[in-house]
This record gives sequence, C-alpha cells and structure tokens, in this order.
Amino acid sequence: MVEEGLKIELGKQGVFVTTIEELYNWGRRNSIWPMQFGLACCAIEMIATTMARYDLARFGAEVFRPSPRQADLMIISGTVTKKMAPQVVRLYNQMAEPRYVIAMGACAISGGPFKQGYNVLKGIDRYIPVDVHIPGCPPRPEALLQAFITLQKKIDGQPLTGEGRPRHLDSEAQGEFPVPEPGEHDLEPSSNKGVWTVPVVIR
Amino acid sequence: MKTVEEIKSVIEAAIPGAAVEIVPNPSPSGQHSLRLAPSHAVEVAQFLRDDAELALDFLSNLTGIDWPDKEITEKVKVTRTVTKTVDGAAQQVEETAEEPRKHIQPGCLEAVYHLFSIAKKHGPVILRMRTVNRTDQVELPSLTPIWRSAEFQEREVFDLYGIVFTGHPDLRRLLMWEGFKDHPMRRDYVDPDDYEYEPTPHDAVLARAAAHKAATEGAAQEGTGAAQ
Repeated sequence: MVEEGLKIELGKQGVFVTTIEELYNWGRRNSIWPMQFGLACCAIEMIATTMARYDLARFGAEVFRPSPRQADLMIISGTVTKKMAPQVVRLYNQMAEPRYVIAMGACAISGGPFKQGYNVLKGIDRYIPVDVHIPGCPPRPEALLQAFITLQKKIDGQPLTGEGRPRHLDSEAQGEFPVPEPGEHDLEPSSNKGVWTVPVVIR
Repeated sequence: MKTVEEIKSVIEAAIPGAAVEIVPNPSPSGQHSLRLAPSHAVEVAQFLRDDAELALDFLSNLTGIDWPDKEITEKVKVTRTVTKTVDGAAQQVEETAEEPRKHIQPGCLEAVYHLFSIAKKHGPVILRMRTVNRTDQVELPSLTPIWRSAEFQEREVFDLYGIVFTGHPDLRRLLMWEGFKDHPMRRDYVDPDDYEYEPTPHDAVLARAAAHKAATEGAAQEGTGAAQ
C-alpha cells in the first residue's frame, strides 16, 4: 500500500497510483444509473434533482434507465400502495446486481401521513433491503443529493473480498426477494423474513 | 333554477309512481336533496337529463355514505304494580316510571349524486338513493347509462362501500385489488393487524399498538413455554 502523502506527492509529479479496489469502486460509484420510475409527489422532486438547477449529472447518475435490466439504483420516490408493492418488489428482482435502493420521503420509509390508511404499505423496507432512507415530505432535491453522496460513500467503503463485500461478489447473497401476494385483507406476508425486523423503540 | 319542491312535483308529474322524497339540509347552504326510490331512479335520471328546462347534463360528483345500525334509546312511561309498605302495611300501589327502551334502527348504504347543468349554468341538484340494508340487499341501479362520468365513481363506491350497481357496464374494484374482501370506507371496517412498529402512537393507534404487543408477547411466551 502506498501512503496517502506519497500518493499526493506522486500525483503532483504526474504519476497516478491506485489500487484495483479503489479504481473499481470509483467506477461503480460514479455511474449509478437510476431506474426511471416514480410513484407520487416525491417523483417531482426527483425530476427536479435531475434538472439543471440541482444537476444530478454531476454525480454520474443522470442516465435514468427505463428498464430494470439496465438500472443500478431504484429510487422509491413516493407512497407505495399495497396494490403497487408487488410490482415494486418484482421490478427490484428484475434489476441486475450491483443494485441499490434509496427510499425517498416519509411514505416510502414508513407510510408517512398515510400510515394508518387501509391501502398504504408501511415502508418499502418491509420487502426489499434499503440502502439509504431520506425523511421529508417531500425531501428537497438537496436531500436526494445527500442520499446520493451517502450511497457513494457506502460504495466507496466496500471491500472487494471478505466481510462487507458488495452483494454481486458474494455468491451466498440473496438474489431474489419473495413478491407479496395480494390476500383477502392484506398483503401476504406482511413483511419478508430476514429483510425487515421490528426496530426497537427507545423512549 | 327550480327549487327542490318544484323539481319533485315536475318529476312526479312526468313519471307516475316515482316516489321522490325531499331530504332537507338545515345548514346555511340549504342544499336540499331528493331521495329517489331505486325502482324508478333510472327513469327519473333520464328525465332530469333530457328535460328542456332542467337539462342536468353534468354529473359532477358521486359518493357513498355508510349508515351503520343505530341503537336508539328512548324513555317510555310504564305503569306497573309495586308492593310498598305504607303506614306499616303492605299495599299494592300503581306507579308510573320512565324506563329506557332500546331498539335498533337498521342501517343502509347510500349513494349521493351531484348534478349540474352546463347548458343552463345551474346546479347543484342532489340525488340520493338508499339500499335496503348493508349486508345482502345492497343493489342500486347504475346511472352510468345516463351520465357516462358515473362509471369510475360508481366503481369506487362499489369498491369502498360495497354498493352493487346493477346495469353498470364494468363493475370491478377500482382502488383495491381483485380478491380483496373488505370495503374499507364502511364504519365497521377493521384494518389488518400490522401495528408491530409504531414509534409515535397516539389515540386509536396507541390502543391498537398495545393490543398487538400484548397479543404477540402472549403468543411468544406460549411458544417458549411449549419449547421448554
């Protein structure tokens, strides 16, 4: 390993030193292509984030793909109704690894103002693993950019081998998540085992 | 525009046997409505749309109301014979007393239609229809053949209240999925018990969350007890 100071010094001389891991993660974190997919009012903020004023393209994520096969990131932007939840999980299953999820807004992370409604899912993290949660109703574009930077930091910190490596390099990692079935009164099951555990409430 | 009383008399003159009832609205808006008998509702609707003077060509809104069974307590005067001790001797004395009597007013489901006239620039005329009860006789005639804009709203009322509109061209659930059994806007709807994580519970949610916690903890203790 090259020391950080020496690396900078070499950089000044026009010599660029890196590791495979660093290069690999640098490439991954700067080309996260989101899926073109919006659910509710948060989608409007997501669209605003991609436009010139906030300019998501600065982070290499401006290419919204209309197909889950080409997308790396799913931005759950808005209320997930119980009727829509199976489709969201199905789309997530169709995405190729490496894939990430940002749950954007109060509804996507918990059900938000509609939590006690009869038709709203109490957070998409009940069915699929979520990397970054953003609160807000809706979150401002800056919050989505913050989530992006957080995700980039997460990708940067992932080693390529051993514990904590990304899922696509882990042959043991779960690839497909069960799609909930619409039942007579509710979605069945109400959450996927192993994906979501009831958080401990500290008062 | 004609008042509801005038509209009622016009309808009854045009369609014999149409039992139209005025439902007064005591609020300052004074938007009184007309309750139609479901048997003649389609004819009445046709008349209201096609009549040259009323020309109610626009259905603006359609909604449902759930009237649950209501327990009414009344005080009834009852005369009964009571044995009382008067001046040291037991005597039969007649006494009138007020006694609460309970009876149940059966509930029903109601559909409300708000009509306007674009041609004549007037409205609203409000129509109401009631089902017989809220369990098995929940049919009402569909007014979609008269006003096409009723189609989705009648589907919504069917979905959320469970009113079956006979004569509707495509009566399926609109918001909930096929195979869903409940009608969520009914007053006696109980939502599924997924209250395992409520970080800020209050009021009714607090009660449900506490009930869920008690039930799951009881089940978990039974489970561990069986394992030991």
